[in-house]
Amino acid sequence: MAASTPTLAAPRSPRRARRPNTELYSWVFMRASGALLLILIFVHLFTNLVSGGGVSAIDFGFVAGKWAKPVWQVWDLLILWLAMIHGANGLRTIINDYATRTGTRLTLMGLLAVAFAVVVVLGTLVIFTFSPCPPGAPADLLPSFCTAG
Amino acid sequence: MPEAPAGTLYRGREGMWSWVAHRVTGFLIFFFLLVHVLDTSLVRVSPEAYNAVIGTYKNPIMGLGEAGLVAAVVYHALNGVRVMLVDFWSRGTRYQRQMTWIVVALFVILMAGFLPVHLGNVFGGE
Repeated sequence: MAASTPTLAAPRSPRRARRPNTELYSWVFMRASGALLLILIFVHLFTNLVSGGGVSAIDFGFVAGKWAKPVWQVWDLLILWLAMIHGANGLRTIINDYATRTGTRLTLMGLLAVAFAVVVVLGTLVIFTFSPCPPGAPADLLPSFCTAG
Repeated sequence: MPEAPAGTLYRGREGMWSWVAHRVTGFLIFFFLLVHVLDTSLVRVSPEAYNAVIGTYKNPIMGLGEAGLVAAVVYHALNGVRVMLVDFWSRGTRYQRQMTWIVVALFVILMAGFLPVHLGNVFGGE
């Protein structure tokens, strides 16, 4: 009864990481972008492969008809950026899991970074510099609105 | 004589196999995406160049490849929802096995809707 309560040192507070928690942001991004991509890509697959003539109806006129509308330019741009970041981040995980030698890992990461940059820059430029009615092209290959005026 | 070890394959049942399938489909979709941006970029070259390359997507072998691609995308999307439910739903981990089979069922339903339309377009002729 008389024994005094031993005093214990207060638990030390956990060390706070100074740098931002990039792996957490990567984890959150995979889920957020995944949810958006589900909608974006299911609609993309439906408009291109199911409605109308499906794959048999895809030609320059079909693509030009879609990209003449800003909504599809933005739609495809969102797919391009979100899917490339989502996919490159997934490949980063796969490389980290299986490429145990540092040299192999750095080489594969370098290739991934180059492929990512080339495809994202090229795709973005194509969406925004594209002309649905290129001068000099045969009219029967173009969407009908090119000759309607 | 001691019994031979049963092997080193980790038999994690539905949880492991859905993870394997998610990884494999994600890997394949990424490489298709690279090719898909390159082929679509031909619209910037000329209508003839784009139509020539997209024409190869319409032959039966590529048509089957597209069916496989759509299957990979549909599985990856549905299982991605399952992953999010496991992460964010309080009972997600308890029902992860049942959700795997729900993913399989939804996959079969969606593909049953898609395949007849797509294969009709590929093999139906003009």
